[in-house]
Amino acid sequence: MQIYVKDRQIVIPGEAIGEQGKIRIEGQVFKVGKKFYSKVLGVVTLNEDAKILKVIPLKGKYFPVEGHIVVGKIIDVGFTSWDVDINSPYTAVLPVSEVTSKPVTISRTDLSKILDVGDLILAKVISFDLSKDPLLTIKESKLGKIPRGVLVEIPPQKIPRLIGKKGSMISLIKDSLGIEVIVGQNGRIVIVGDDPYRVELAVLAIRKVETEAHTAGLTDRVRKFLEERLRA
Amino acid sequence: MRKCPPERLIDENGRRVDGRLPDEMRALRIEAGVLRNADGSAYVELGNNKVIAAVYGPREVIPRHDALPDRAVLRCKYTMLPFSVEERKSPQPSRREIELSKVIREALAPAIFLSEYPRTAIEVYIHILEADGGTRTASITAGAVALADAGIAMKDLVAAIAVGKIGDLLVLDINGVEDRYGDGDMPIAMMPSRGEITLLQADGVFTPQELEDALALAQKAIQKIYAEQIRALKSKYEAVKEGE
Repeated sequence: MQIYVKDRQIVIPGEAIGEQGKIRIEGQVFKVGKKFYSKVLGVVTLNEDAKILKVIPLKGKYFPVEGHIVVGKIIDVGFTSWDVDINSPYTAVLPVSEVTSKPVTISRTDLSKILDVGDLILAKVISFDLSKDPLLTIKESKLGKIPRGVLVEIPPQKIPRLIGKKGSMISLIKDSLGIEVIVGQNGRIVIVGDDPYRVELAVLAIRKVETEAHTAGLTDRVRKFLEERLRA
Repeated sequence: MRKCPPERLIDENGRRVDGRLPDEMRALRIEAGVLRNADGSAYVELGNNKVIAAVYGPREVIPRHDALPDRAVLRCKYTMLPFSVEERKSPQPSRREIELSKVIREALAPAIFLSEYPRTAIEVYIHILEADGGTRTASITAGAVALADAGIAMKDLVAAIAVGKIGDLLVLDINGVEDRYGDGDMPIAMMPSRGEITLLQADGVFTPQELEDALALAQKAIQKIYAEQIRALKSKYEAVKEGE
C-alpha cells in the first residue's frame, strides 16, 4: 500500500495517486489493477485521520445531482412547463405541478405571468439520470423566484470551498457584510444587499475564494481582506 | 518564399538545416488557460509553429439529432489561418484540413472518458497561427492540454512528435524544409504515462528496423513534451499558491 501524492497537491489526468489499501481513494479517479489514477486536473485532499483521499476537480461543468439546490434562469416558457438553464450541458425542466399546488387552467392562464423568460429561480433538482433531462421543483420553503440581487458565477467545483467547513466561509461573508448570499450548487451565487459597496465587497471576496480555492488557510485570509476593506 | 531546395539537408558535421542534431527537438513552450471565454485552452510553440487550441464543453449538441445517448460527441476543427504560411492560404477548409481534423480527433478520443458525458458535445478548435512542419503533432499536444484545462475527465494526456527520414538517417521533429525535401515523415502520438499509441502515420518508406528506431526516438521526445505539458497545467495553480 502506497500513496504517491501529498495533501493539497495539484494532479493532472493520468497521474498515479496511490495503491489500494488502508486509505480509501475516491473522487475523480479511475483504477487500473490495484493502482488509482486521477481522471482530471484537480487537487488532492488527504485526511489521514479519516483515512480518505479525495481528488477534487479544479474546473468543469455542473452535473445535476438529485437534491441539489441550484440557481436557474428561465429560458423558455411552454404550455405546461418552463425550460431552465442551470449552467449545465443539460437544460432542466420545471413543470407547472412543481410550481404551484393551485389548479392552473392552461388554456386560460399564461404561464409567463407566473415566471417569465429571464427570471432567476432557486430550485431543487428532484430527478436526474444521464438519459433524461433534470427535473426541478420550487414547491419547498425558501425556493422560488429571486426578485433581485447580483448574480456571480464561479466553477461549480469551488462551491464547497465557498461554503466552507460547516458553512464557515459563507457565514463569514454574510455576517461581516450584513448581506444575504444565495448559493446554488451549480456555481451561481446571488448576492442580495442594500449597500452597493458591501455587495461589491462580497463579489470580490467570492472571486478571491475562486482563484485561491486550492490553497490552505483561506477563511482567515478572506476575513482579513474583508476587515481591511471595511475599515477603509 | 524559398525558391530552390537547400543543397543539403545535413551538413558535413551532421547538423541539420537549422543547426540541430538528428535527435534534437525544436524549442517547446506550452501555456495553459490562455483564453478567457473558452472552457479550456492552450498555446503551443514548437520551433516556428504557433498553435492555439480552445475547448468548449461538454455542452448541448447542436444539431440535437447528432447527440449520442451513451457518450459525448467529440468534434475537432483544425484550421490554418491565411497568414500561417508563406503564401496566403485560402480560408476555405481544404481537403488537408478536414483530414487533419479527423486524424486529431481520433488521436485525442481514446484519452477521454466520453461515456461520462452522454448527450453532450466536446468541441476542440485548433488554429495554426504559424506553420513550419509538424503542425498536426503540435495540435495534438495543444488539444490535450486544452482538454485537461477544461476539466474534462481523461485517462492520460496525449503528446505527439514527428520522426522524419533524410537519406537513411532518422531525424526527430522535422521542420517545414525537411518535410518538403526529406524522404519520410512519421507523426506519432502517445498517451505518455500509459505508453499507448493513439496516432501513427507515415509517408515515405521505412524498414521494420527503422520503424522500431523511430518509435524509440519519438518516445523519448514525447516524455519531454509530457513534462512540459504537466508544467504548463500545474504552474497556473501553483503560482497562486506562491503568490499568497
